[in-house]
Amino acid sequence: MGSFSLHSSCLAKPTLRWSNDCFQNLNSLKLSALQRRPNFHSRKASKVLAFYGLKSPPYKLDALEPYMSKRLLETHWGEHQRGYVEGLNKELEKNDILYGYTLDELVKVTYNNGSPLPEFNNAAQVWNHDFFWESMQPGGGGMPELGLLQQIEKDFGSFTNFKEKFIEAALSLFGSGWVWLVLKRREKRLEVVKTSNAVNPIVWDDIPLISLDVWEHAYYQDYKNDRGKYVNAFMNHLVSWHVVTARIIRAEAFVNLGEPKIPVA
Amino acid sequence: MEMHLPRRRLPYLLPHLLPSQLALPPRSLLPLCPQTRSIPIPPMALRAIASRKTLAALGSGLRAQARLATTAAAAAASRGLVTFSLPDLPYDYGALEPAVSAEIMQLHHQKHHQSYVTNYNKALEQLEDAVARDDAPAVVKLQSAIKFNGGGHINHSIFWKNLAPIHEGGGEPPKGSLGWAIDADFGSWEAFVQKMNAEGAALQGSGWVWLGLDKEFKKLVVETTANQDPLVTKGANLVPLIGIDVWEHAYYLQYKNAKPDYLKNIWKVIDWKYASEVYEKECR
Repeated sequence: MGSFSLHSSCLAKPTLRWSNDCFQNLNSLKLSALQRRPNFHSRKASKVLAFYGLKSPPYKLDALEPYMSKRLLETHWGEHQRGYVEGLNKELEKNDILYGYTLDELVKVTYNNGSPLPEFNNAAQVWNHDFFWESMQPGGGGMPELGLLQQIEKDFGSFTNFKEKFIEAALSLFGSGWVWLVLKRREKRLEVVKTSNAVNPIVWDDIPLISLDVWEHAYYQDYKNDRGKYVNAFMNHLVSWHVVTARIIRAEAFVNLGEPKIPVA
Repeated sequence: MEMHLPRRRLPYLLPHLLPSQLALPPRSLLPLCPQTRSIPIPPMALRAIASRKTLAALGSGLRAQARLATTAAAAAASRGLVTFSLPDLPYDYGALEPAVSAEIMQLHHQKHHQSYVTNYNKALEQLEDAVARDDAPAVVKLQSAIKFNGGGHINHSIFWKNLAPIHEGGGEPPKGSLGWAIDADFGSWEAFVQKMNAEGAALQGSGWVWLGLDKEFKKLVVETTANQDPLVTKGANLVPLIGIDVWEHAYYLQYKNAKPDYLKNIWKVIDWKYASEVYEKECR
């Protein structure tokens, strides 16, 4: 997610290639487009400062029915995540000190090694939710394949064992938080990690592969109290193993997971 | 709603006898039988036993856990394991409309609070087993479950007492010594409500916002706790007077994302009788 800002200053200076006389003659037909704007003479500084934007999920909002209803996505993405983005932009407007970071970098900087700055919550929640939408797909679930499956079997024993561990982590998380399948950089292995509130594994320099939102707002409208049913629906019907495979392929450029098994003729 | 008898253990005098070896009396006499497992009693019968009056008599100011006033429970307490049970609400689920919807009240009480009670009992049972077999790591590992579920039970028990329907006094600011103390410590009633709402809105994730009394300094404080931590975790001298649940399950179905609206509206059903009682007791 890139960062951009529109400063009013670039609107105020028209680019003119001809002399100053023309600039003063407002009836000239060669007025530049900028001069022809209706508020050109009032030229109030219209401060439009937007640092980060709300990214849409890679599918329509009703695509995850019946496991995640359109109504839930509209509230979760449209209201909660939009609130985080707008809150983040408002906080960043206050001063320039955090200007210019990508969202990844902003999350790591505002985490501040354990004593998070006030912007951390909004920044991390924007990041987490983008990651979460991308971790799901309509018609997801099933099993991973090939190299990813082999890595899971190597680190968890079997795919069923990993699934049980993931579900158990989601059910035993007290309060609000996230459950992740993470590739640990130093240990060079996959692990299931649970974090509370907005914390996310990139602050510890690990590489997340799957995320599951277990804040109550993520499932309450559809499943009410039943977190177990929600997690099972996620695991069996929503999680996108294609995306996870793509993520782990990219991660292997940074973490040495051993020799690839190239079949010898 | 389903109520469960507290589970009773075998008396310690007969450790060698397995439950199956003891003769089981006819079902009608089971509530008095020593090795009863949790048997659901029909709600009407239970209501007759544990009426509002007995509950009020039992629920002393400070002890947040409400126990059913049955002879069975008293017997259980004197014997082995003590179990906790879901306290009854002194009002209907729909009585707090429109501030808190009936759907939320029902889910909150029957599902969330009940699961805290069930898991608390389970954790305590496991704790007793771990202590009995001298398993220190297991004892330590159970602490977080006890803190979470036990805290949930304590906090919600206080919460139900803090709420009342509008026609029964909900929403009226406190009078008497507690009312004066609020004015003294916060400036005005409005300032106090404003502070509670600000703290509640600013709380990230799940938690509670409390009006507490610092016993040592005899001062009122506004505090927040995370997840289900009871107020004592913020200070051993703090006594909870009013608690507002700001977990999402407490307001989501009705207010969705708008936590500030929930906080503004819940004051219409906050009842000060329990808080005044506790305050007067502590400040005597």
